[in-house]
Amino acid sequence: MRTAFIEQLIEEAKIHDNIFLLVGDLGYSVVESFARQFPDRYMNVGVAEQNMAGIAAGLAMTGYNVYIYSIANFPTLRCMEQIRYDIAYPMSNVKVIAVGGGYSYASLGPSHHATEEIGMLRTIPNMVICAPGDPVETRFITKWSANYNGPVYIRLGKAGEPVVHDSENINIALGAPLLVSNQNAKQSLITSGSMLHPATTFVRENGICADVYSLPFIKPLDKKAFVEFFEKYSHIISLEEHQASCGTGSALLEVMNDLYQEKLISSMPSVKRIAIPDKFVSVSGDQDYLRKIAGIVLKIEDFI
Amino acid sequence: MTENKNVELLATGIRRIALELVYKSRSSHIGGALSMADLLSVLYDEFLRITPETVKHPMRDRFILSKGHACTGLYAVLALKGFFPMSELDVYAQNGHHFLTHATHYVPGVELSAGSLGHGLPIACGLALGARSKAENWRTYCMVSDGEMDEGSNWEAILFAGHNHLSNLCLIIDYNKIQSLGFTKDILNLEPLSDKLKAFNWNVIEIDGHDYSMIRQALKVAQIEKNKPSVIIAHTIKGKGVSFMENELLWHYRNPNEEQLKSALKELQI
Repeated sequence: MRTAFIEQLIEEAKIHDNIFLLVGDLGYSVVESFARQFPDRYMNVGVAEQNMAGIAAGLAMTGYNVYIYSIANFPTLRCMEQIRYDIAYPMSNVKVIAVGGGYSYASLGPSHHATEEIGMLRTIPNMVICAPGDPVETRFITKWSANYNGPVYIRLGKAGEPVVHDSENINIALGAPLLVSNQNAKQSLITSGSMLHPATTFVRENGICADVYSLPFIKPLDKKAFVEFFEKYSHIISLEEHQASCGTGSALLEVMNDLYQEKLISSMPSVKRIAIPDKFVSVSGDQDYLRKIAGIVLKIEDFI
Repeated sequence: MTENKNVELLATGIRRIALELVYKSRSSHIGGALSMADLLSVLYDEFLRITPETVKHPMRDRFILSKGHACTGLYAVLALKGFFPMSELDVYAQNGHHFLTHATHYVPGVELSAGSLGHGLPIACGLALGARSKAENWRTYCMVSDGEMDEGSNWEAILFAGHNHLSNLCLIIDYNKIQSLGFTKDILNLEPLSDKLKAFNWNVIEIDGHDYSMIRQALKVAQIEKNKPSVIIAHTIKGKGVSFMENELLWHYRNPNEEQLKSALKELQI
């Protein structure tokens, strides 16, 4: 995903001369090509994320569309207040890019696990929150972000995530669920970020009749698009690599409840929410192992 | 001292308005507004290339007030310089208006909403970097409080600006020696501050922040520096200009009653 991101960002920087990339001394073997091609619009600001977020806000005030790039918690939690007050509040044209969403950097331990940042950022007004599901979605979102004037968070995986979409030619509507695998089923599985591949694989390998969706935009959610979604399915499973609190499943439950209260849907489907149950994982292992330890795996009995 | 007549008049106006605003709204932070009044006055009267007509012009100088709690001083100088009608200040801190008691970018002439300390300087670095990368010759000024220098984010920015030779950036430290719960030297001593900043590769200028000639000279020295960011360590007096407020922690919080306001304005010879 990080490769898809940087390749697309390079393409966008060729078209948009206002794109500026700041890195917090991370991005080895990822950012070099951008730095070579656009030396005047690239800077390594050092291991100082609060300052990086502030510099981004300042650069944005001079007309740049600024991308700040680092690992997981560093461009997010470490500078959350700068994001809230200097970027989100004045609607700065800053894109926060975290590589290594969820347990991508599994064995590096909780310091490198991004498992709360969506929740924290989701509560901040003006923020658009994205978690593309595969490299194809990553390219789409990156392109979209180059044309969007405002604060955005993009959670990427790491490297080597498989391509899930059959075609590069996808169209993601802001805040709408993206149908990835359609069986005209009565139940659906909706994922955010790089849980998309394990989801489609599980459904296919187990011969389960369920439509699979990706939710690349976690905020804002398009209520109209979700009316159709909640009317269509009697059972929904949400799957995410994030704490259950304030994550994607949480956002779905909120919008479902609101739609029901506003009488825009006639009933509420059952929702099985699979997310990290309020815990840190401090054992070593690869990403799949940590997902199992955290309990964010699908089981046959989750489906009807 | 005719050359100081205008800035003296402006500084007195800033102090008067700041006092009236905190009196009417029963808000805090008058001490820090009074300590920076002379600095603001010289900046806005003689140095900042920004007028009500050029308030959004891309080539204007940028002034970032990071010590946003002292906004009454900033609102005052902006009103006096015609960025908005003086009458608009009547709604300061009133229900439903944009004049918050921390500097807010919804007020014409205010570049940045501030209030959380340690935010202004990193942003000022971004502005200075932006100007340099576009080969534009406008300058960025950032005013911080001394208490604010406790924040780690400021030292990240100080390291960054020195390393990157941001000579189009001028930091002004309103060193009034008092922070929220006491004297700066007792809470988290900044000294030797000048040596620290020199060690971070800044052009350091240390002055009496109430001496107009020194303020003027310091800003000129900063303007001609071509290799380093400049910092003006301005030694000031919290509550300056109102004897019973000077050097008193109490006036970080308290607002004057009617009698105290009258007495303060009398001292300012208004």
